[in-house]
Amino acid sequence: MSERFFPDSMPAPLADHVTLPFWQAAAEHRLVVQRCTACGRTRLPPAPVCTDCRSAEADWKEVPGRGEVYTYTVVHRPIAAGQELPFVIAVIALEESGGLRMISNVVDAKPEEVAIGAPVELVWEDMSAELAIPRFRLVRR
Amino acid sequence: MRTPHIVGVAETRYARWGKIGDVTEHALACQAIQNAVADAGLSMDDVDGLASFAEDRNEAIFLAAELGLPSLRFANMVWMPGGGGGCAAVGNAAMAVATGQAEVVVVYRSLCQGQFFRFGAGGLLAAPPAEARPPTVQHASSLLLASMGFALPYGLAMAAAAYALPTRRHMHLYGTTSEQLGRIAVTFREHASRNPRAVMGGRPLTLADHQASPMIADPHRLFDCCLESDGACAVVVTTAERARDLAKRPVEILASEQGAPKGYAFGPFTNANVADELYATGGTEELAKRLYGKAGLGPGDVDVAQIYDHFTGCVLMQLEDFGFCKRGEGGPFVESGALAWQGGSLPTNTHGGSLSEAYIHGLNHVVEGVRSLRGESTSPVEGAEVCLVTSGACVPSSALLLGRR
Repeated sequence: MSERFFPDSMPAPLADHVTLPFWQAAAEHRLVVQRCTACGRTRLPPAPVCTDCRSAEADWKEVPGRGEVYTYTVVHRPIAAGQELPFVIAVIALEESGGLRMISNVVDAKPEEVAIGAPVELVWEDMSAELAIPRFRLVRR
Repeated sequence: MRTPHIVGVAETRYARWGKIGDVTEHALACQAIQNAVADAGLSMDDVDGLASFAEDRNEAIFLAAELGLPSLRFANMVWMPGGGGGCAAVGNAAMAVATGQAEVVVVYRSLCQGQFFRFGAGGLLAAPPAEARPPTVQHASSLLLASMGFALPYGLAMAAAAYALPTRRHMHLYGTTSEQLGRIAVTFREHASRNPRAVMGGRPLTLADHQASPMIADPHRLFDCCLESDGACAVVVTTAERARDLAKRPVEILASEQGAPKGYAFGPFTNANVADELYATGGTEELAKRLYGKAGLGPGDVDVAQIYDHFTGCVLMQLEDFGFCKRGEGGPFVESGALAWQGGSLPTNTHGGSLSEAYIHGLNHVVEGVRSLRGESTSPVEGAEVCLVTSGACVPSSALLLGRR
């Protein structure tokens, strides 16, 4: 099991048939985005059709998990019991993803170190044998 | 002429979150509806339509039965998150009246959140308490919860954290400061000081108080966040013809618009991939253009504004969207005192807003908009003829232009 940053009591992902493959890949520590096989446009969160060409045909593209902080907030109120405070929620602009962003966390950093534009890299947190959550840490130079 | 007018507005008592426990939320809705119909000088037997907006627990069909409405011809709810649909609900009532679907439509909102959950803590969204077993992917029972699967596991459940994201980026792009956000809270609190209905009426706020208030979700301090309140209010819409001989001076609905830019869905909880040029805005610029266009008016024609104030930064971004200042200049604009009742170029939230009057998902902003044109506001704007009311920023939203012609 990986290093832990959040308690077991954090809300678990709720998935439907469209979004489940994302979480199945995550369990294997693969960060994937959905890609339209008709026009190549990527999308996240997963959706039934391409938001550009509306084709329903899509596959999954693994991304390397590098990116930068697009925006963030330092949160001082817990969402789950036993959570360490404060914690950082960030929107991450993902490299090699076709320009996608995703909501995640910046972990293992002092809040004052987090800044818009800061480079980050993926870190997996295994919440259980079946659930891994993609989070990010600052790339230290 | 079937041009829709607002002819009655009213509320019940307003109280802090959880302080109304002796009456149910739907009974409170009935009180507000009856008060507004009485304000109009109409009878409950005249009401043939009810309209509300997202996440309303008080379905019109039950209220119609409880109120003994002779015939419910129009029952309608807007799909916009949280308060985003407040003005749209009035707009739908106006469409019903204009097209002859109904004669008298009452728009209502009632909140006794203490009897349900804590909205601001993410109560609407949080999953059921985790069982004592290792966490795993669970089945989403709704499209909302499936979408929130990409927010909740990161601890994003609280509105104060979600709306901090675009505001933080606005600060980064334009140099907007916490003190500028604080000026918004201080100004609205000052307006509330004259409003006997305001929950925070007796509690003056200084910029130093704002700066000393606890950080909730950076950059949101406590006083950047709206109240959570118990209470209900209602707005009565009917035709110009019917409005002519009623109790109060009618207020014309000059224009109403609703809209969501591509990808907005549930706002900053889900819209991480909206266009870069829209992310640090209220997402209401295009809606504003349509609204002004429909009324043949521009920002310079607005005498008083009631701007949806879930969070201070969202007020600032809406001021830019609606053209009161240029993009990125919202900070200096509010710092200049523009929003103040006395001396401001755009007196805003003359009731105190959701930050200081009450958080009734912004329908109280429509109520105040009507009062400000009737000359009934406790912070009256002399000679005001046009009022802008908005229903939210960074989410699918709506807005109204009200006029005294």
